[in-house]
Amino acid sequence: MNRFNRRKFLKLLGYSGALPSTAGFLSSCSKGTSARVVIVGGGFGGATCAKYLLRFDSSLQITLVEPSEKFLTCPFSNMVIGGVQRLDSISQDYSAQKARGVQVVHARVQAVDAMVRMVALDNGKVIHYDKLVLSPGIDFKWEAVEGMNAADAEVIPHAWHAGRQSTILRDQLKSMDDGGVVIVAPPENPYRCPPGPYERVSLIAHYLKQHKPKSKVLVLDAKDKFSKQALFQQGWDELYPGMVEWVSGSAGGRIDEVDVAARTLYTESGDKHEADVINLIPPQKAGEVAITSGFSNEDGWCPIDQRTFESDIHKDVYVIGDACIAGKMPKSGFAANSQGKVCAAAVVSSLRGVEMPDPSYVNTCYSLLSPDYGISVAAVYRYDKDSGIYKTGGGVSPLVADDAYRLQEARYARGWYDSITMDAFG
Amino acid sequence: MQRNFIITFFMLCTMLFARVVSSAEITRGVMLSNSCAACHGTDGRSPGEIPSINGKSAEFLSQALHDFRDGKRPATVMGRHASGYTDDEIELIADYFSKRP
Repeated sequence: MNRFNRRKFLKLLGYSGALPSTAGFLSSCSKGTSARVVIVGGGFGGATCAKYLLRFDSSLQITLVEPSEKFLTCPFSNMVIGGVQRLDSISQDYSAQKARGVQVVHARVQAVDAMVRMVALDNGKVIHYDKLVLSPGIDFKWEAVEGMNAADAEVIPHAWHAGRQSTILRDQLKSMDDGGVVIVAPPENPYRCPPGPYERVSLIAHYLKQHKPKSKVLVLDAKDKFSKQALFQQGWDELYPGMVEWVSGSAGGRIDEVDVAARTLYTESGDKHEADVINLIPPQKAGEVAITSGFSNEDGWCPIDQRTFESDIHKDVYVIGDACIAGKMPKSGFAANSQGKVCAAAVVSSLRGVEMPDPSYVNTCYSLLSPDYGISVAAVYRYDKDSGIYKTGGGVSPLVADDAYRLQEARYARGWYDSITMDAFG
Repeated sequence: MQRNFIITFFMLCTMLFARVVSSAEITRGVMLSNSCAACHGTDGRSPGEIPSINGKSAEFLSQALHDFRDGKRPATVMGRHASGYTDDEIELIADYFSKRP
């Protein structure tokens, strides 16, 4: 018979001496674990983690659960609010993730059962995992804002999730008459993006100076100091003289109650502030799914092993990004991207049964005081058992610098945006 | 017989290329260097204003990081970043990016 069959195939391989070397080659190629990793949240943390997991082990079966088909970035959303850029310039999608084999599921997580390692989605599907990574960002402690609930954000936007909220705030600024008052009310620590509210103040002032120069920006802060404060206040005096007033928490900045319909804020110090536009950024907590599935503490943030990002509350579950307690690292997209990579290394090392090398983490927050005036705060972090994640180096932009320096930092801010979005979503 | 050899050869090729899984070793150099991608791009290949660092010689990269750290080379943010790394770590990072395509 002239049939070719398995017996003949193996015999021929054996004769050629190809069988042992083939077997060796295939087994050295496939050191992949083929384990199932589910990632909840497709922002800077989750998307980065998915990509870097596959870089370490391309056999992994990764499911990324993200409700939105497009991810609108909070970074540079202040440029949209300030009318300098359009909303579509801060839109990212998941085409690159899908192309590299990540299963992207646009749904919400309804429940996590860590005992049986299962995630239930609101579309009825159930996904089993070997490792689960939660990167759900932040949600708001509405119970801490007297007189406001989540639905009121349509009238008094926080714009602390980018997208529709950014558009609402931008449209309110456009509708405001010249001579109007804009209030920005930043929250107490900890919150997503420490310098973010002050970049927003800057870019709102930039818009107003050009189009509505008689207007004012009043900052009612829950805090007594803020990130890059000296740089911001110097920049405001230089770029927007007389337009911006910052009130510290103890000097009357802390909000006691909100009258949504009357667009009025009452402070703890007994003052009343009416405004044409109010941007109230509420106090924050971990993204709801991390809380309802039981991975947060009583403050609403998720305790983790800061070396690996594994949850203190349940094995094989990891929490990264804003939602986790990451020692001295701030809550930022940059930090989430950094943590996503360390977490990916930790997950793969655990699956391989090997020790992960010591981690290194980094953050740089760029802020634009105007489209041509940038400042930054940068830090490098390490880990030890007693301190958790601590800072080893870094600093802020110099107080004394010429226009060319500020322009270069503004250019690098854009360069950073291009690089990090490519690193996470590309 | 020759037909059987030809069939074996093509089946072997199919087996070899059907599922090439890549598994990267996670080294200290990788852990340190991954940090740089947020600004310099994945593998140091930057799509925008920030310089690319992939494929530059290890000597060049090492010298640059030392000069940033010592304040000898004008910079906006790199002096602050370089201050966070030891000499050994700088060598690992320089070596890593010198090998990126």
